[in-house]
Amino acid sequence: MSGQSDLELVNKKGIRLDGRKAGELRNIKIEAGVLENADGSAYVEIGKNKVRAAVYGPRECHPRHLQNPTKAIIQCKYNMMAFSVGDRKRPGPDRRSVEISKIIAEALEAVVLTELYPRASIDVYIEILQANAGTRCAGLTAASVALADAGIPMRDIIPSIAVGKADGKVLLDLNKEEDNYGQADVPFALIPKTNEIVLLQMDGNMTREEFDTAVEMGVTACHEIYALQKDALRRRYASALKEDVSDE
Amino acid sequence: MERKDARPAREVVVPGDLLDDSGMKAGSGTYVSDGKIYASKLGVKNVFSGTVSIIPLRGRYIPAPGDMVLGMIVDIGSSNWLVDINSPYPAPLHVNEVPWKVEFGDTSRFLKIGDMVMVKILMVDESMKIQVTMNDSGLRKLEGGQIVEITHSKVSRIIGKSGSMIQMIKNMTDCRIFVGQNGRIWVDGDAENATVAAEAIKKIEKEAQTNNLTERVREFIESKIKPEEE
Amino acid sequence: MSRAVISEIRKNHIIEMLKEGKRLDGRDLGDAREISIETGVIESADGSAIVKYGKTEVIVGVKMIPGTPFADTPGKGVLTTGAELIPMAHPLFESGPPSEDAIELARVVDRGIRESGMVDVDKLCIKEGEEVWMCFVDIYALDYDGNLFDATSLAAVAALKSAVIPAEQYGKGKNAPLPTTCIPVAVTIAKIGNTLILDPNFDEEQISSARLTITTDDNGNYRAMQKGGKGSMTLDELTQCLDMSRDKGKEIRKIVG
Repeated sequence: MSGQSDLELVNKKGIRLDGRKAGELRNIKIEAGVLENADGSAYVEIGKNKVRAAVYGPRECHPRHLQNPTKAIIQCKYNMMAFSVGDRKRPGPDRRSVEISKIIAEALEAVVLTELYPRASIDVYIEILQANAGTRCAGLTAASVALADAGIPMRDIIPSIAVGKADGKVLLDLNKEEDNYGQADVPFALIPKTNEIVLLQMDGNMTREEFDTAVEMGVTACHEIYALQKDALRRRYASALKEDVSDE
Repeated sequence: MERKDARPAREVVVPGDLLDDSGMKAGSGTYVSDGKIYASKLGVKNVFSGTVSIIPLRGRYIPAPGDMVLGMIVDIGSSNWLVDINSPYPAPLHVNEVPWKVEFGDTSRFLKIGDMVMVKILMVDESMKIQVTMNDSGLRKLEGGQIVEITHSKVSRIIGKSGSMIQMIKNMTDCRIFVGQNGRIWVDGDAENATVAAEAIKKIEKEAQTNNLTERVREFIESKIKPEEE
Repeated sequence: MSRAVISEIRKNHIIEMLKEGKRLDGRDLGDAREISIETGVIESADGSAIVKYGKTEVIVGVKMIPGTPFADTPGKGVLTTGAELIPMAHPLFESGPPSEDAIELARVVDRGIRESGMVDVDKLCIKEGEEVWMCFVDIYALDYDGNLFDATSLAAVAALKSAVIPAEQYGKGKNAPLPTTCIPVAVTIAKIGNTLILDPNFDEEQISSARLTITTDDNGNYRAMQKGGKGSMTLDELTQCLDMSRDKGKEIRKIVG
């Protein structure tokens, strides 16, 4: 959040550099079941972000000392591929990716019925193939679909989006320029059924009114994304409609 | 045999979908919140005598006592073997639970790593600690043949009503077949017939349609091998 | 690659079929799986490709930045290849620093590209002794069902062929396609019992005793090799591998175009 730029991010008509209005999402594409080996997987594009998520488990928990005798643990690894950003990123974890992995795992923990699988581990891998602001939200959105695709029992599916501020205006789903030169960034995720917040970060500078507007935008957008997540899962298994899965 | 009558439309549901708010009983794959029943798993909604449940489309096999499963030996101790049963939890097989008299430390003489065994789930405790046994009729070490792996939730379809589907495959291909509840299926017989049986099983897993599945599987097998005299 | 426990029954089944010249997935011994190549998949990379060999899927991205040349090659660009076997791709892969397998993979891919002279490093000089283009080839396995050597080699070649030098971004003149000369193709042959099979899948790889990866160029000349596995190959088997890899390499080269 440098907040310093001669670039006009929002014009006088309230239109952003990529042609969107303040409360408008970028194009979103969600697919479920994109990998062979993983128990569940998903691919998500939000604007120019391209993200794959894979879920393995519930499976035996390694290392053993992390096992919880009463419930499964969720282990998440968020990783940016070397070529996903403008300047090549050195492969391997850094402090940023460790933090993001942690908050995503915690957000997912809020909906997964972990108590059904004591001592087990549910492993979530998020790979950012191409980054353009909002990768942690795209990653969490993909991870939720991958968990459902893996047949993991959960109370709800979590959608996530960032809201923020650029040129003094509250904007939904910041793109890279708005993220770089804007004044605030608020990654955000909730449980749609109850509107409970499960991921929230903020950096920058916002008034109380701006923040309230941002949350309102985030909630609305999350419900839009939620519909796309569910649609992706239904599309993937639509053929099962004709399928006789049981003769009970 | 196949039921040809129209059945209630089955719908794919995803976690969080509302299943019922009219007072039905909550079955597996569901949860209750504020008196309403929601789906907790990706699957197909199933209503049966006042209970709404989810037939899962995906997910790992979770062992239940009494299940017959196919396991693979993955580790050997001095008084037990560790069996992979395709579930999140490894299953120890104690020397007391095999049909042989095994001296302490002599385990590897009887079952080696990579061996496949037919076992029964003896016990599952609260923290999902499992025990399996080979002390029951028909349970044994498997030799020869081939292993077909399918989604465990399709096992009931492979077996068919009262075992009709699997019996038909056995009869037509003259193969010995053992279906584990964990989605592992052992097929043994004449090499070409066994391949046909394996393909038929995969076909049932993939293409199961509401109507005439048994008939289509019969046609499939007939097209691959000479039909038995009826 | 790391070892998994394969059931004796599956192992014997594969071996019995091989004795009759058949493979579990219906292929002939000398067949590769279905190959697909998609280039230009990542805008943030200067070149990229997703390649599938059957159920094996890999992604490669190329990034180019100006940097200092090595003292002994002041007028040549620098090629660096890295590979990550990420846990997304297979339960055997673990997070952490690159494993032996990942490092061997990166070096085998690198060797095929470097030794074939595919990338014309002489044309990657910006100012001799001071500034050259550094070319980073980053490889990731996405879904692993055996034979990463061939899939990642092909993906690296396709990504490089589609790469554009981002000169404008760094004020070094006009953007231009990365100069390449030939198309090196890696072909891996595995040995199970006394049978040689091309493009082994995961199960086949797990029970093979030895493998040989051979990279050939457009002229059918041999440019890089790597023998792996604890078993051995006879001279006669080597001869067969040399023929198989050259012939299959020619076929695969046509797909790259």
